[in-house]
Amino acid sequence: MGCMLMSTTVIERNNAEKGNFSQMKQHSGEAAKISVTDLNLFYGEKQALYNVSLGIQEKKVTALIGPSGCGKSTFLRTLNRMNDLIDGVKITGDIVVDSENIYQSNDVIKLRTKVGMVFQKPNLFPMSIYDNVAYGPRMQGIKNKKELNKIVEESLRGAAIWDEVKDRLKTSALGLSGGQQQRVCIARAIAMKPEIILMDEPTSALDPISTLKVEELITHMKKDYTIVIVTHNMQQAARVSDKTAFFLNGEIIEYDETDHIFSMPQDQRTKDYVTGRFG
Amino acid sequence: MRKFKDNLLRGLLWFSAFLTVAVLVTIVGYIFYKGYRLINFDFIFGDYSPAGDGGIWPMIVTTIYTIAISLLIATPIGILAAVYLQEYAKQGRLVKTIRFATESLTGIPSIIYGLFGAVFFVTTLKLGMSIIAASLTLTIIVLPVIIRTTEEALKTVPHSYREGSLALGTTKLQTLYKVILPSAMPGILSGIILSIGRIVGESAAIFLTAGTVAAMPESIFSSARTLTVHSYLVTQESGDIELAAAIGIVLIVIILVLNLSATFISKKLNKADY
Ligand SMILES: Nc1ncnc2c1ncn2[C@@H]1O[C@H](COP(=O)(O)OP(=O)(O)OP(=O)(O)O)[C@@H](O)[C@H]1O
Ligand SMILES: [Mg+2]
Repeated sequence: MGCMLMSTTVIERNNAEKGNFSQMKQHSGEAAKISVTDLNLFYGEKQALYNVSLGIQEKKVTALIGPSGCGKSTFLRTLNRMNDLIDGVKITGDIVVDSENIYQSNDVIKLRTKVGMVFQKPNLFPMSIYDNVAYGPRMQGIKNKKELNKIVEESLRGAAIWDEVKDRLKTSALGLSGGQQQRVCIARAIAMKPEIILMDEPTSALDPISTLKVEELITHMKKDYTIVIVTHNMQQAARVSDKTAFFLNGEIIEYDETDHIFSMPQDQRTKDYVTGRFG
Repeated sequence: MRKFKDNLLRGLLWFSAFLTVAVLVTIVGYIFYKGYRLINFDFIFGDYSPAGDGGIWPMIVTTIYTIAISLLIATPIGILAAVYLQEYAKQGRLVKTIRFATESLTGIPSIIYGLFGAVFFVTTLKLGMSIIAASLTLTIIVLPVIIRTTEEALKTVPHSYREGSLALGTTKLQTLYKVILPSAMPGILSGIILSIGRIVGESAAIFLTAGTVAAMPESIFSSARTLTVHSYLVTQESGDIELAAAIGIVLIVIILVLNLSATFISKKLNKADY
């Protein structure tokens, strides 16, 4: 009985979602930078994502919110195929980035160059600040000192950390504060000249002031990059994002302009979540 | 009460540390005290003479040969094997079995390896009693040590480094070479240092595979005598503790120099590219 009830709601919601989705497309009139269709993901036998479909727009900040364990990180990591690292992951459905189906192409390297990632905990390598930022470009074969210097400076400026570290570029990156490290991580991602940057709770390990700096940075960065950010912080989603997707148990419940999600959510569960009544 | 326990524990820790250092200092001190009078230029660089007044240069050369050859073979194979097991192989039953086997191999008494070496390298492969036969036997002895320590070292490299590197569009090989191996270097190095100790300390297996010829080896296919074997034989044959202690001093210095240079080289390697 309960099962039947559930399945009806699913159908209803799917219809509503599809309605929303096409409406959104008509409204904006622009093609999505990333478009995801019917994405299912399994960790072995266990399904973690169910029929996820959404379009992520270019040079916008898209926030992914939802309670712990609902599949936000899993979804984010499908976008640069980081889940490939985990044994036994099975994926169905399509993800198209700039009209290229990323799961049909085998060039993961090219994809990850285009789609950068910033992790929850700063994960700089045990090298100098300079070498951390120059790491990616060097691996692509750039050896010219002048060129590297330029990339490092531009990237650190782009991550609003240049002034704080310019006098200590050759010292260990692990000597920086957590907030500074996270911005160097962003610089390291920028150094690859990506088009899309994925961020998985980039401020959850930071103090409020560092958090504010990173948020400011994200707002600036959307001029140049398409950003997808996972966050547990509702205020943060409201402050930095243009669009918000609400995940629950591996499904997208609602996806809309951030303003709408927070002021007039369509689904009761979204409403409960954003007003803090569960999760 | 809590404070008392705290102090007690602290005292115990301090005492254990003190005891360890004290034992070490006593042994090294005793050996130096017993043997230092024999140490001079001729003793170290002189040719051996059975009369007993000659030097130990042939044994030093033999010792260095065996260390060099065994490490030259065992280190690359050991590191590659560990990298394969830890980073590439599917973690299934086969890998578990291999791991169990290497672990067991580290515990086998070296005389068993010596017997195997004597049968296989000396006789079957017709290498004869020689430095090379001994070095190959030693390679088998230290290989599990290097594999184990390298695997442990690779395990301690945070997963986030791998993710961070791969997310920047690098290949698995680049990540391995530029991030994982450098981070694991201190651990790998301690494996190599352990191996040096194992090689220098070995007597039985070398005795059975390289023989005891107390002369300058003409090539690595000659039979020869390492310092440890020599020190064993002089104690055994003539009960000359003073000579054995002097050889002990030379051994300690060789190990010290090798360990320091291993540390130095790995630091250099680590810096070279960054
Ligand atoms: N490597 C894995 N193997 C098996 N199951 C996994 C793995 N990673 C995640 N899961 C499961 O998939 C589901 C989604 O996890 P995910 O990490 O994507 O959630 P999340 O929304 O990011 O949660 P959080 O907010 O706590 O980070 C969870 O039930 C989790 O237990
Ligand atoms: Mg997560």
